[in-house]
Amino acid sequence: MTRTSAETVNADRFISIEGIARRYPAAGGGSTTIFEDLWLQVPRGEFVCIIGHSGCGKTSVLNILAGLETPSDGVVVVDGQAIDGPSLDRAVIFQGHALLPWRSVLGNVAYAVSSRWRKAGRTEVEERAKRFIDLVGLKGNEAKKPAELSGGMRQRVGIARALSIEPKIMLMDEPFSALDALTRGTLQDEVRRICKSTGQTVVMITHDVDEAIYLADKIVLMTNGPEAMVAEVVENPLPADRRRDSIHHEPDFYTVRNHLVDFLVSRSRTFRDEKPAGYDPRHPPLVRLGVPPEPPPANTIPFPAVAKARD
Amino acid sequence: MKSLGVRAGLLSVLLFVAFCALWQIAVTPSASTGPALDPEYAKLMGISTVGAKSAMPGPLDVAAKLWDNLKRPFYDNGPNDKGLGLQLLYSIGRVFIGYGLAVLVAVPVGFLIGMSPLAYRALDPFIQVLKPISPLAWMPLALYTIKDSALSAIFVIFICSVWPMLLNTAFGVGAVRKEWLNVARTLEVGPWRRAFTVILPAAAPTILTGMRISIGIAWLVIVAAEMLVGGTGIGYFVWNEWNNLSIANVIVGILLIGVVGMVLDLILARLQKRVTFPE
Repeated sequence: MTRTSAETVNADRFISIEGIARRYPAAGGGSTTIFEDLWLQVPRGEFVCIIGHSGCGKTSVLNILAGLETPSDGVVVVDGQAIDGPSLDRAVIFQGHALLPWRSVLGNVAYAVSSRWRKAGRTEVEERAKRFIDLVGLKGNEAKKPAELSGGMRQRVGIARALSIEPKIMLMDEPFSALDALTRGTLQDEVRRICKSTGQTVVMITHDVDEAIYLADKIVLMTNGPEAMVAEVVENPLPADRRRDSIHHEPDFYTVRNHLVDFLVSRSRTFRDEKPAGYDPRHPPLVRLGVPPEPPPANTIPFPAVAKARD
Repeated sequence: MKSLGVRAGLLSVLLFVAFCALWQIAVTPSASTGPALDPEYAKLMGISTVGAKSAMPGPLDVAAKLWDNLKRPFYDNGPNDKGLGLQLLYSIGRVFIGYGLAVLVAVPVGFLIGMSPLAYRALDPFIQVLKPISPLAWMPLALYTIKDSALSAIFVIFICSVWPMLLNTAFGVGAVRKEWLNVARTLEVGPWRRAFTVILPAAAPTILTGMRISIGIAWLVIVAAEMLVGGTGIGYFVWNEWNNLSIANVIVGILLIGVVGMVLDLILARLQKRVTFPE
C-alpha cells in the first residue's frame, strides 16, 4: 500500500529550508543538537503540517521560519530571498493567542493593519480590520477586550490579525491545542475554508493526527529529538473537498491515520537507526498512501485501534 | 441585613464618636480641685480656679480651630501667619515639582535600564545602596551644594521619589511578556513604536505602582523637610504652631496632612486603575 516515490518534494520551492540546525549549549560544556541538516520545501499555496513529539524541535523550525530565532546553521529561503529576521510577509499565529490585552479586538487587528500599511488613514485601517474580524465570525465583538472573550474567540482574533496583513505565508504553532474539542473543530473548519479560498501557503505545527489529516495537503513527519530529522513527507490522499463530518468515511482515511499513528508510536523513535536505504536528508522521501485501484472489500470500516496520538 | 458597605460605614462613625468621646473625657478637668476663690484673686496668687485644665485641646476645640482655618484658608499676614490653604499649596507645589522631576528622570531611565539586562545589572548595586538612604540625610549635602533651602527641599523630594519609580519601571519593562514582543517583531514594528505601543502599556501598571509608592514617600518627607528648612509649607506650619504652643492648630495640621496624603494616593490609585488591564 505504501509507495515511496523517489522524486523529491515538489520542485516549486516557495519556502525552502536548506540545511538548518538548532543547537543549544549543553550543561556540561559542548552542545545539544535539537536537529541539524534539515531540508524541506513547501510549494506556494500548499498547507503543510509538521507533526512530531515534543522536543523534536518543530516549534524551533517554525520560529526560524518566522525569523524569531536564527538557525545555528543553514538558511531558509522564502520566495527567492533568504530570511533575515521577522517580516510582515510571514504572519505567525501563536500558541497562546498573544493578543495585547490592553487593546480591544478591533485595536489588536488594527495594530497589525497599521503596521503593514503605515501611511493608511485611521478609517481605512479600521475598515480593513473590521473586514477580517467579520471574516473570522466575530462581528459585533470589535469593542471587547481579549479578557472578555472565550479561548476560541481569542484565537479567532489571532487568526484575523494574521490574515489582515496579507502575508505570503501563515505560520501556526499548535494554534488550537489549548481549545476544547468542539471549538477546535469549528476553528479548523474556518481556517480550512479561509486558506482554501485565498490559496494561502501555511505551515502549521501540530501533534494532533486528525487535525493534520483534515487540514494538510502534506504532512511532514519529524522523528524524536534530540537530533531530530524529517523522516518523510506524507502526501494527503484525501479528496480536496473532504468534510469534517464525513472524513472518517473516506476510503483512505484510516490508511493515512494508521500510518501517522504508527509513525508517532514507534517509527519516530526507531527511524534514526533503521533509515530506509537511500535516505537523503536533503530529499526526504515523499510518501503516497492510497488504496489500490480496485475497491476494497465492502463494508469493512477499520476500527480506530489507536486513539489520538498525543504526547 | 444591610449591605456590608452600610454596616462598615456605621461602624466607622461609631468608632469615631467613641474616640472623640474618650478624647473629650481625657482632657476634661476634674471639677473639684482648686479652692473656691475669686478668680482674680486666684490669678494673683498664681493658682487657677478652673482646676487642672489640660493644655491638650478637646475635639470640640480642634473642630472650632479647624472651622476657623477653613473659613479663610488663603490669608497672608506675613511670614509667620499664613492661611492653612496657602501653606498646603506651598507643600503640594514642592511635592509636585520634586515628584514631577523624579517622574521625568525615573521613567525614561528606568525604561532604558529595563531594556538592557547589562545596564540593569551594572546599576543595581548603586540603586540598592542609594534607595534605603533616608531622604533627610541628603539635606545637609543639598543645603551645602544648592545653597537654597527651598530648592533643597525640592531636591530631597526628588531624591526620595526617584528610586521606587526607577526600580518599578525597570522591572516592569524587563518583565514584558516575550510573546507580546514577538508580536511586535513579526509585525516589523520599529523600536519607538514598540516602546510606546507595546512596552509602555504592558509595563504601565507596574510603573504606576512605583509612582504610587513614591507619592506616598514624597508626602511623608515634605513635612519633615519643611520643619527643617522653615519658611512656608504645612510642615513649617505644624512646627510653628508647636512653637506657638497651639496644640489645636498642630492637630488641625496633622489632620490635613493625612487628608491631603489620602487624596494624592487616591489620584494615583485612579490612574493605576485606568492603565491596568485584565488578562
